[in-house]
Amino acid sequence: MNRHLISAADLSRDDALLILDTADELARVSDRSIKKLPTLRGRTVVNLFFEDSTRTRISFEAAAKRLSADVINFSAKGSSVSKGESLKDTALTLQAMGADAVVIRHGASGAPHRLASWVDGSIVNAGDGTHEHPTQALLDAFTMRRRLSTLEGRRVTIVGDVLHSRVARSNVLLLRTLGAEVTLVAPPTLLPVTVESWPCEVSYDLDSVLPKSDVVMMLRVQTERMNAAFFPSAREYSRRYGLDRDRLAKMPEEAIVMHPGPMNRGMEIAADVADSARSTIVEQVANGVTIRMAVLYLLLGGETL
Amino acid sequence: MTYLIKNARILGGDPADIQLRDGVITEIGTGLSGGVEIDATGLIALPGLVDLHTHLREPGREDAETVESGTRAAALGGFTAVHAMANTSPVADTAGVVEQVWRLGQETGVCDVRPVGAVTVGLGGERLAELGAMADSAARVRVFSDDGKCVSDAVLMRRALEYVKAFDGVIAQHAQEPRLTEAAQMNEGAVSGRLGLTGWPAVAEEAIIARDCLLAAHVGSRLHICHVSTAGSVEIIRWAKSKGWNVTAEVTPHHLLLTDDLIENSPVGSYNPIYKVNPPLRTADDVRALREALADGTIDCVATDHAPHPVEDKESEWGAAAMGMIGLETALSVVQESMVETGLLDWAGVADRMSARPARIGRVEGHGMPLAAGSTASIVLYDPVPRVPVEPHGFASKSRNTPYEGLSLPGRVVATFLRGRPTVLEGKLA
Repeated sequence: MNRHLISAADLSRDDALLILDTADELARVSDRSIKKLPTLRGRTVVNLFFEDSTRTRISFEAAAKRLSADVINFSAKGSSVSKGESLKDTALTLQAMGADAVVIRHGASGAPHRLASWVDGSIVNAGDGTHEHPTQALLDAFTMRRRLSTLEGRRVTIVGDVLHSRVARSNVLLLRTLGAEVTLVAPPTLLPVTVESWPCEVSYDLDSVLPKSDVVMMLRVQTERMNAAFFPSAREYSRRYGLDRDRLAKMPEEAIVMHPGPMNRGMEIAADVADSARSTIVEQVANGVTIRMAVLYLLLGGETL
Repeated sequence: MTYLIKNARILGGDPADIQLRDGVITEIGTGLSGGVEIDATGLIALPGLVDLHTHLREPGREDAETVESGTRAAALGGFTAVHAMANTSPVADTAGVVEQVWRLGQETGVCDVRPVGAVTVGLGGERLAELGAMADSAARVRVFSDDGKCVSDAVLMRRALEYVKAFDGVIAQHAQEPRLTEAAQMNEGAVSGRLGLTGWPAVAEEAIIARDCLLAAHVGSRLHICHVSTAGSVEIIRWAKSKGWNVTAEVTPHHLLLTDDLIENSPVGSYNPIYKVNPPLRTADDVRALREALADGTIDCVATDHAPHPVEDKESEWGAAAMGMIGLETALSVVQESMVETGLLDWAGVADRMSARPARIGRVEGHGMPLAAGSTASIVLYDPVPRVPVEPHGFASKSRNTPYEGLSLPGRVVATFLRGRPTVLEGKLA
């Protein structure tokens, strides 16, 4: 495996399966009353968060702590960064402190690539701008595999703001690697102009795709997109691309509903759909900790489980 | 002082001797004698290069470049005249600022500096700067540009095109529709889609070029288009020229050689802002169209868009980095690599596109003249043979933001003469 996890494209099929299998083993640990493993004792994991994301940060923090790593949380607000420190200087500071892994969330696409050129430790991309969020894709794949037993040949539909979604980019790459067939559904304004070069299908019509879907993944739609004329109104978006109970009924019996969170209930997903038994949204959160444990464990070469 | 350049291949032709005296070429022939001899065996002689598009950063950003350091870089690149862009601080939008830049150029003396005047006050795009005052000043400004910003208001652009006719000026447009390029980071295409960087679509350049060609035709004015970067722009300019309209265009060396996939994958890593430039690097199809357009004359000239930035403005995440790359000291090598080695242009063509035509567009007197007796003795001697990796530490520019570091490029400027006086000898400042 690569030293870093920056893009889902860094993962071969074997790498991805190793992470999922390792997560399966670690999930058993999470079911024990004492959840902690000693494998990363003495190793330092830095959570470097330039964007607010309590959910993702806590998930990585819990993962590192369950592996007994020392965790340093560094958030941009109120730190030297808000006083104008550059990413490079922050990187050199972390380097001097001897970080074994740096988990970075940054608003600029490509920030983890730059960081990797300045520090020796492993870089884990926890979301960079509108580029990628590979651990989200891994936890999604893990969740799908647990529900559907395999990803090979499964039809996954991803709905929403693909243009600005790091979740969509990472999922398309990883699901392809794992043998699933991906269809993106969005208004044309929220798809990259060259989306036809991506390894997936594209549709503008949600209703025609739903009956052929084993998984429907709804993406969060930022309200600011509305002001930039990507679509006329929240109501129209919801009517054309939102997942409500009627649309849920069009999906095959065993098909599941996913959402990376945080949700806009009533916008891209109706509340009763989000809370239905077909929804894996809460499982995704729990699986997030497990998959991040597996990633940190494998990148930092912990002792055998 | 009299110099005798021995055995130079004028425009790549047969060896001949060139005698320079009192700033003028006095004689060209074989077996000449008299004067300080300079052995130019194997070297190509070209007229001194003229750059229509240089950022010298003074006044205001002397940490990135000064008129002195920038003109030294220009001389080392074979240039004898450069146009200093107006986006300084303060902006070159008054006679006072353009005269200051012009005087600084006079003082350094290694390369003529022709200030470009801003079209609008403070590059604000709202009201015309005092174009006439700049034209009448000691700097004798003839090229006006808000470069870095587009004169996007159609009425203002029309007025500017009309107004400068009174003193034979030209508006050099930075063609970028602002609404289509809000927060734009790189060429909009397959690579931007994968990298999650906001796209700068080709249409944002092409729409403005089309509009401005129509405006220039309507009011019968001269229009010059800065740094053309797309195949579509080439088609529009070709059409405008076929109508007989007075439209000229430039292309940068980097748009002739580099493509946007370097941002995803290059020896210097992904998302390296060394490749961040405006207009952005485009696709291989665009590069091919630009080369052909320069070869067939649709694009008139090469202009460097030399844009120095201090290290800290490039050593950052992509989104926070400054746009631009330096290019004076590598321009001729890049043109040799992209145009001469590919068979698209001979050395006479290079002289035309890098000296004669830009001098004519900028109305630069005493530059871009043919290498013939009676012409001003501004000459470059160029060795096209060596091919070595670009080593920015030797640059005279104060900045190091070259995209070519480590890349093997052909050729080397051996000597530059400005009005009969050497500014560069044996590859070093004289």
